[in-house]
Amino acid sequence: MTMANNTAAPTEAPVFYLKEEHHPEQGTMLGFWIYLMSDCLIFAILFATHGVLGRNYAAGPSPADLFDLDLVAINTSMLLFSSITYGFAMLQMAKGKIAGTQLWLAITGLFGVAFVGLELYEFHHLWHLGATPMRSGFLSSFYTLVATHGLHVSFGIIWLVTLMVQIGKRGLVPENKRRLMCLSMFWHFLDVIWIGVFSVVYLLGVLG
Amino acid sequence: MFSNPDLLHFIFGRLSFDSLPFHEPILVVTFAAVVLGGIVVLGALTYFKLWGYLWREWITSIDHKKIGIMYIILALIMLLRGFADALMMRAQQAVSFGDAQGFLPPHHYDQIFTAHGVIMIFFVAMPLVTGLMNFVVPLQIGARDVSFPFLNNFSFWMTACGAALVMVSLFIGEFAKTGWLAFPPLSDIVFSPDVGVDYYIWSLQIAGVGTLLSGVNLIVTIVKMRAPGMSMMKMPVFTWTALCTNVLIVASFPVLTAVLVLLGLDRYVGTNFFTNDLGGNPMMYVNLIWIWGHPEVYILILPAFGVFSEVVSTFCRKRLFGYSSMVYATIVITILSYLVWLHHFFTMGSGASVNAFFGITTMIISIPTGAKIFNWLFTMYKGRIKFDVPMLWTLGFMITFVIGGMTGVMLAVPPADFVLHNSLFLIAHFHNVIIGGVVFGMFAGITYWFPKAFGFKLDAFWGKMSFFFWFVGFYFAFMPLYVLGLMGVTRRLSHFDDPSLQIWFVIAAFGAVLIACGIGSFILSIVTAVLKRDQLRDETGDPWGGRTLEWSTSSPPPQYNFAFTPVVHDLDAWADMKKRGFVRPTSGFMPIHMPKNTGAGFILAAISLILGFGLVWHIWWLVAVSFIALLGTAIAHTFNYNRDYHIPVEEVVATEDERTALLASQKA
Repeated sequence: MTMANNTAAPTEAPVFYLKEEHHPEQGTMLGFWIYLMSDCLIFAILFATHGVLGRNYAAGPSPADLFDLDLVAINTSMLLFSSITYGFAMLQMAKGKIAGTQLWLAITGLFGVAFVGLELYEFHHLWHLGATPMRSGFLSSFYTLVATHGLHVSFGIIWLVTLMVQIGKRGLVPENKRRLMCLSMFWHFLDVIWIGVFSVVYLLGVLG
Repeated sequence: MFSNPDLLHFIFGRLSFDSLPFHEPILVVTFAAVVLGGIVVLGALTYFKLWGYLWREWITSIDHKKIGIMYIILALIMLLRGFADALMMRAQQAVSFGDAQGFLPPHHYDQIFTAHGVIMIFFVAMPLVTGLMNFVVPLQIGARDVSFPFLNNFSFWMTACGAALVMVSLFIGEFAKTGWLAFPPLSDIVFSPDVGVDYYIWSLQIAGVGTLLSGVNLIVTIVKMRAPGMSMMKMPVFTWTALCTNVLIVASFPVLTAVLVLLGLDRYVGTNFFTNDLGGNPMMYVNLIWIWGHPEVYILILPAFGVFSEVVSTFCRKRLFGYSSMVYATIVITILSYLVWLHHFFTMGSGASVNAFFGITTMIISIPTGAKIFNWLFTMYKGRIKFDVPMLWTLGFMITFVIGGMTGVMLAVPPADFVLHNSLFLIAHFHNVIIGGVVFGMFAGITYWFPKAFGFKLDAFWGKMSFFFWFVGFYFAFMPLYVLGLMGVTRRLSHFDDPSLQIWFVIAAFGAVLIACGIGSFILSIVTAVLKRDQLRDETGDPWGGRTLEWSTSSPPPQYNFAFTPVVHDLDAWADMKKRGFVRPTSGFMPIHMPKNTGAGFILAAISLILGFGLVWHIWWLVAVSFIALLGTAIAHTFNYNRDYHIPVEEVVATEDERTALLASQKA
């Protein structure tokens, strides 16, 4: 029995399978985006925890006693600049220029290192003032939220260096372009999170 | 012997000879049995030279079908462990009255109820659900694998290594004595200075990574890899429930990860998130863990609903009644599951208004759930019902789950909850929905898809025995707990003074024995099926008269699932193809593009297990070494660009010709 002489079939024989190779859509961007949203939820929990515990000073220091907004402003600008320079790297990638991509990636990485370095300096400074994470609920949630972001940036830098080596070895092959796109989303995502940290933890914190 | 305590402490952290539980005869006997069994298995693997086969075909496999099967094997092994805990609790409570203290001292009993809960939820129910989704979803949507096959392998091994860490706690040190959600301040370092809570934290963190990544993977698979023509509203119901479940996983497991990190910081660093002093707030933990915990129960039950939908329409031989209402009910449950978490702690001081809100949202969930029950009933109405084993599980579910749902609505009324909170009534309720819903659903699903996975059906006699033992055993085991709960008996007690309660606990223990027979019968149904596989063989690929695409390919399916990508025109695509005279293509095959196996997932997970062990015992050099190894292996894996290959066309032709001959021989 063939489809043609099947009496139950409608006038046109239906096609039940593809005769040529089928290429499903690439899912990496969607998958990475969903992963980022799950990461965003981790930050949401840390923000919520800071919202609940952020005023629990336990007779210890408060944000107004501790935070140096000038330092935080410089730090913020490091991260914002790194987002712009990552954007330049992506423009170079779109043009297929390996050297330009690598250069802007390196600059991005340096801004990232500066950001993490300033953050470590800030932690070191606070620690010496006796404002340790063990001191109060406020400081526990402050350190955890900010350090979680800082850890993300640090892993981003490791990833960035790895990618630079891989681009050096293989050039801008599709796999590397896809990875650059993922790291791009990751990097800008961390920027957005930092804007939240800067506003909620530092600015609102100092306001009291 | 070593005499330098500092050196010993550096090498072994908190671990010492005293950490091994020689003083617990039950554990010593168990350990001996495990070692003997392990030697037999390892010896057999070596004798039959199976190590290479195991490594090449299973451990490094990125085939979603094999990974699904491995998830289910893991779950069944852990079920034996979790159920052994249940039997011990039932036995202890049946005898520990008045002067008799039973055989379990409180510190051991507390570990057992904690381990029972953790294992049953995280390492039995979750792998069953994930395993079934992994196996079935790509086949149902006409795909050749999941979107990220390597991640899938990695996810499985992370789950398995989380389970392994829990098992290690049985023989080295101890497990948490806090109850399955480890509420602070009890779980804080002050009140639980031992390693138990640390085992809890790290095993769940390791397994949680696997669960989250598998959630991302399956969402992308369902969104991006459906066969041409399969619009969202033509997806099989099981795939719909899998999609909603994975959305729930991705939107809730990060909360668990975060809250366990915070608890870990309190224990390891000395922060004050959930402490009683210095500005900590234990209620924050209770809220956060239930923001994960309530969606979690829907993560488990939605795929079970999906299984029942497939089973009912197959065994009633008609289209599912109210497909679109089923889909919308699933979506509504998905959303509502985030709006009810506070009903787990009505008594903990939220006030009347907040309790009223969460009580009402909880009751609203029963509406879409009730709609589903009616859809299944209407599918059966005027259907030609075949009472095969999967259908029996489904019928048992419908009766049992409705009872569990009704007691759930009772608990959702805040004033009633003030009476029933923390009582055995609650225990009976959630076992009623988890056994009657999730477990029955998973057994239905395993029985239903077993012939697809292995090419022969499970033995029906022992399958029916298993169902009836479970079904009757459930009522004997948990109806007495409803009664005891209404009398005011609270949960987690290892000893009772009032002898008038004893008879109810004895009945419950009898029920547990019946359930043990149910588990035994299920194992027998597998063993008998393997022995009688030639009689039970499914050569058509469609043993039940199925309706969805997985039944269009052979049993077991070839590695590539479908030689040609199917094109979908209607809901129940395979039923449509059969009705409209689909003819299986026998020529024109092409080479098929497939991902390559890799050992990276297994290695990464094994290093994570070592990392977790080091963290539990404060062996800091091991933590540092394994962390660097983890990072290094992950980076090294990204330098592997050679990840796929083509199955040569000759191989495809050979496989498909074999099936053509098989199908022809049946017609002859």
